[in-house]
Amino acid sequence: MEEFLQHVLNGLNLGAIYALIALGYTMVYGVLQLINFAHAEVYMLGAFSVYYANRLFHFSDHPGWQSFIASLAVAMVVCSLVGLLIERLAYRPLRNAPRLNVLITAIGVSLFLQFSGQALFGADPKLFPEVLRDAQLMRFGEIQLSSFDFTILGVSLAAMAALHFFIQHTKVGMAIRAVRFNQKSAALMGINVNGMISVVFILGSSLAGVGAVLVGLKYPKIDPLMGMLIGLKAFVAAVVGGIGSLPGAVVGGLLMGLCEEMVAGYLSSTYRDALAFGLLIVILVFKPSGIFGKSQVEKV
Amino acid sequence: MALLKSAFFQLLLFSLLLAAVSKGLLNPYQQLILTYVAINVILATSLNLVNGCCGQFSLGHAGFMAIGAYVSGMLSFYLHPFSGALQFLNFPLYAVAAGAAAGVAGLLVGIPSLRLRGDYLAIVTLGFGEIIRVILLNMESVGGARGLYGIVGPQNLFVGSVVAFFMAGATWTILWRLTQSSYGRAFLSVREDEVASECMGVNTTRTKVFAFVVSSFFAGVGGSLFAHTTNYLNPSSFQFMKSVDVVIMVVLGGMGSMTGAVMAALIVTILPEALRPLQEYTGLDLRMVIYSLCLILLMILRPQGLLGTREWKDLWIWWKQRRRA
Repeated sequence: MEEFLQHVLNGLNLGAIYALIALGYTMVYGVLQLINFAHAEVYMLGAFSVYYANRLFHFSDHPGWQSFIASLAVAMVVCSLVGLLIERLAYRPLRNAPRLNVLITAIGVSLFLQFSGQALFGADPKLFPEVLRDAQLMRFGEIQLSSFDFTILGVSLAAMAALHFFIQHTKVGMAIRAVRFNQKSAALMGINVNGMISVVFILGSSLAGVGAVLVGLKYPKIDPLMGMLIGLKAFVAAVVGGIGSLPGAVVGGLLMGLCEEMVAGYLSSTYRDALAFGLLIVILVFKPSGIFGKSQVEKV
Repeated sequence: MALLKSAFFQLLLFSLLLAAVSKGLLNPYQQLILTYVAINVILATSLNLVNGCCGQFSLGHAGFMAIGAYVSGMLSFYLHPFSGALQFLNFPLYAVAAGAAAGVAGLLVGIPSLRLRGDYLAIVTLGFGEIIRVILLNMESVGGARGLYGIVGPQNLFVGSVVAFFMAGATWTILWRLTQSSYGRAFLSVREDEVASECMGVNTTRTKVFAFVVSSFFAGVGGSLFAHTTNYLNPSSFQFMKSVDVVIMVVLGGMGSMTGAVMAALIVTILPEALRPLQEYTGLDLRMVIYSLCLILLMILRPQGLLGTREWKDLWIWWKQRRRA
């Protein structure tokens, strides 16, 4: 039982990070119907931005919440800029192109960032700076609660709450919802559609930046290809939850994290990657639009 | 005369000639790259059948290639009906067996997943591709993460390239004839409008599954050729990026153009090799950076790919008209 609870805790931690990244995928999909493959590389660049910022400002010399917030800020700003740049340079010229072309462009951008990363940063893994010290907070029998667990869960929940507030209770959020609903009508109502798409990219990318710092705390090995697998899984989480739906991404991410941790804990850790896709296939075969997705009626 | 006109004989002649010319003109390294071109031609044309002609976006081609490669590799340990100078005749047999295994896998994957559309289908096929890879990674009987060593290859490079060119040529011919048949028309109608083609009496599910199975069959053939060319298999060769590579070839050549797929396979295989001197010059591995940049620019500047939906026939007519003018 205690072991089980420990797995649940680890799974929730992992799931919260998946959810953060999945939110970026699902928001972009909501407005553009595009699988933004480059999102995983935005996350990778977030981790590297903190690594290089640390060289300049030496956050890791005095770990604590100040350094942690500073590195979060660095990652969020760099990620938003990268996301904005990708949208401007690569996706905007293709706004009216067939969707497959945009998809291939997204893959191209992802490859470009991966390999430029390898050329610039070097392919060898680097150590993420220790901006926050881990401490064991509580202990219930076998269950250990470390401060990292609370930080990861707390920060990701706070980020999600902030996003929810922004989307549901601000004017810009309302405009984003309108663009997601129908771009043409939104434009007719005086909404700057391109501007809102940029805002979506900024929001999604800064969440990826938060995710990058949180993952960096827990698994401090970073390399230019680190985004690939976690990005793929986060995307799968978004699809499982119903792509385009924000609560879906959160639920999908948590579900994915929990299932993965259970498989790794009770079956075999080598199958944990297959599980993500197995879950995806099972859910899509029985509920083709995901858990929270709306099924579309085809009109002839 | 009937023999001279038969497609089999023509293919044999074509592959012999091409292999002889490449042996005469190129060094062994370049000949080996041409063999990789042949593998990629098989993969690209077969994926083109599903992605281009049938309009169903599949991202799991590497999985079927992996099944073909492993089946072929394992088979070559236990079964070699021909030996000595005729040893090369084994490879088409392995290829057919590998293709059959991949085709069965394609059927099993295709029936549930082809109910989905668009991006969902892409993600599910991606998922199946990754699952196949993880299963191979965990199968100790095929080497697991260590990989499968010591797979026999053809006795020399010349025979190897003849086999490779023959398989690539045969794949292209079969797929080309398929697209020109009534099945091919059904594929196109499914791509253009699924509802309309269903109204015209096309069984769309059967058509899609058929295209998917044929495509997986040839992916298996390509995998078999890959296994016997590299003599070593590792699950990491069949990652998601391998599928993406094949998709890139299809899109680069023009979705639905079999001629374009061949051209794109040629370019995509040779370009990174041709950029190798640049790496020595700059000291940085910029090949993939340039490659991905080319891909982005191509999508922005020429979204329909190199040939669009045109085939060699259209190019031929266009060339003749230009000469007349």
